[in-house]
Amino acid sequence: MTTTDPYATTRETTEGKVFTVTGQDWDSVVAGLGEEPEERIVVNMGPQHPSTHGVLRLILEIEGETVTEARCGIGYLHTGIEKNMEFRSWTQGVTFCTRMDYLSPFYNETAYCLAVERLLGIEDQVPEKANVMRVLLMELNRISSHLVCIATGGMEIGALTVMTIGFREREMTLDLFELITGLRMNHAFVRPGGVAQDLPPGALDKIREYITWMNKHLPEYAELCNANPIFKARLQNVGHLDLAGCMALGISGPTVRSTGYPLDLRKTQPYCGYETYDFDVPTWDSADSYGRFRVRLQEMHESLKIVEQCADRLAKLEGEPVMIADKKIGWPSQLAVGTDGMGNSLDHIKHIMGESMEALIHHFKLVTEGFRVPAGQAYVAIESPRGELGCHLVSDGGTKPYRAHFRDPSFANLQAMPIMCEGGQVADVIVAVASLDPVMGGVDR
Amino acid sequence: MSDTQPENLPATSAAGDAQTPAAEVVDQRQGMFGVRGTGDTSGFGGLRRQVALPGGTPKPYGSWFDGATERLEGLVGDGAIEKVVVDRNELTLHIARERLVEVCKHLRDDEALRFEFCSGVSGVHYPNETDRELHAVYHLLSLTHNRRIRLEVSVPDADPHIPSIVSVYPANDWHERETWDFFGIIFDGHPALTRIQMPDDWPGHPQRKDYPLGGIDVEYKGAVIPPPDTRRSYN
Repeated sequence: MTTTDPYATTRETTEGKVFTVTGQDWDSVVAGLGEEPEERIVVNMGPQHPSTHGVLRLILEIEGETVTEARCGIGYLHTGIEKNMEFRSWTQGVTFCTRMDYLSPFYNETAYCLAVERLLGIEDQVPEKANVMRVLLMELNRISSHLVCIATGGMEIGALTVMTIGFREREMTLDLFELITGLRMNHAFVRPGGVAQDLPPGALDKIREYITWMNKHLPEYAELCNANPIFKARLQNVGHLDLAGCMALGISGPTVRSTGYPLDLRKTQPYCGYETYDFDVPTWDSADSYGRFRVRLQEMHESLKIVEQCADRLAKLEGEPVMIADKKIGWPSQLAVGTDGMGNSLDHIKHIMGESMEALIHHFKLVTEGFRVPAGQAYVAIESPRGELGCHLVSDGGTKPYRAHFRDPSFANLQAMPIMCEGGQVADVIVAVASLDPVMGGVDR
Repeated sequence: MSDTQPENLPATSAAGDAQTPAAEVVDQRQGMFGVRGTGDTSGFGGLRRQVALPGGTPKPYGSWFDGATERLEGLVGDGAIEKVVVDRNELTLHIARERLVEVCKHLRDDEALRFEFCSGVSGVHYPNETDRELHAVYHLLSLTHNRRIRLEVSVPDADPHIPSIVSVYPANDWHERETWDFFGIIFDGHPALTRIQMPDDWPGHPQRKDYPLGGIDVEYKGAVIPPPDTRRSYN
């Protein structure tokens, strides 16, 4: 079968013989190496390998089963989001940046909006309810993102049950996103000045149901994995990186917390009112993949605690505004579900089309031209599930960002791949990369 | 209001002069909606707008900014810090490029500064700021003191060289490669300055302002919608 596979070929190059292996055809490689095979083999893993979390390409130099050198090839998912944002209004920018790290869209949106708000100087004017909703969505998002990390990481080492239950719980989280924002991902829900929409009726009940469900089912992961000898054998002492290494390489998030250092921007440089919530920063002291798993697991429980506090606060904030009162910045209309899907609410359309010419002009100006942002630059960093997500914005005083740059934690963390993998086994590369939890949409932007 | 007056500058704060940096003009805009030359029927042809960023801030800067800046000045001497800007409660130090590595070393190692964590570098392109077209912007974080600082290095387009700080902050490896890839800033002394996001044989540096966004017309219900960079826009 393999002999007729047009993609499984052998060719000679100046660097040596190149084999294209597509699976189940290792015999052709062994046979092709001849009598005295070269010891050194360079394996090109990806960019479409299922274990590389998207389109990550790993270039591994191996001797037997040992990885002697490892490098990353990235850029396969580069979509020019930062460049595109320079051609859209400040509000439209949210729609672009939410697509970067597609597993944590609310973090992308919030980092960007906090930077816009700092440039505008309206950080204190964002309504209380908008902040609580941002925190609620971010913490739900942290749970769903960690679930994907744990689920896919488990799947890659053969723990399929972890994958199936992981995606089961993630689905519950995405259902909540869908209820609150209308979409499962790419929400564009957090906007400069607040959030797009108030909580729909019944959302708080659903959130409480979710909390009950998660409290019941989150401990299953610990029961399945924490003391599982196979799981521990695959994760313990794999992908070791100590605190000094993390600092030198600019690593943040669960990786640095697995070294015992409680670096969490929610505690050190609070935003969106995180200083008023009661939660802990879990750490572990093993600095390996197992430690990162335990940190993520514990963080989901902490996030659930914050979600619970948000639900209590939102119950008291019913009917409060979710968008800044400043009419020059705040989006003029509330959205509502109509016969043709989500759109401007009928009340608003009635107002601008039938009652007030000025309101129509205002709506038109704000939606097509957008607001102007005073010239200058700002850098806002928040704690995403993967670490420090920074947004550097430069304004020239216009209606569009002059430059938008995101310091994505996946991009920075992936630099640690070689130091974690070199000298280890090929199979451990998968575990080490999974423990970094890189999301290529964020790496490449 | 005269039509050459800089618009949209940061609001003057009541707190004090330190928060009111003098503006620094980096660009001049003319007209509106991207219309150029004769045949401009937009009615906005005479409009002039200066693009001005917050300029140097006089002392005192307020907060911990004074102490840290003085400490650094004492360590590196004159000529390294070209300008200090305090804007929106963020400290920006403009650094002479030949002194950058030295400054970073002190920022990382000195006990009173201790910026251990480098959040990377990115570029900003100001095509009309003569001899300072390309800016590299670094963000550093001190975990010891819980502070953030921004370093900015400006170089002319004709000589886009900045010393690499990978020897001080290895974290900057990929960030410098990305800035080279997107802006064409050459980081001297980088271990392997190759493209990182774009293909190896890509011509040009896509994030520069003179590089077009590209795109094709989209037809929707008979109307043709041009790509975003050729639509009319507000200057």
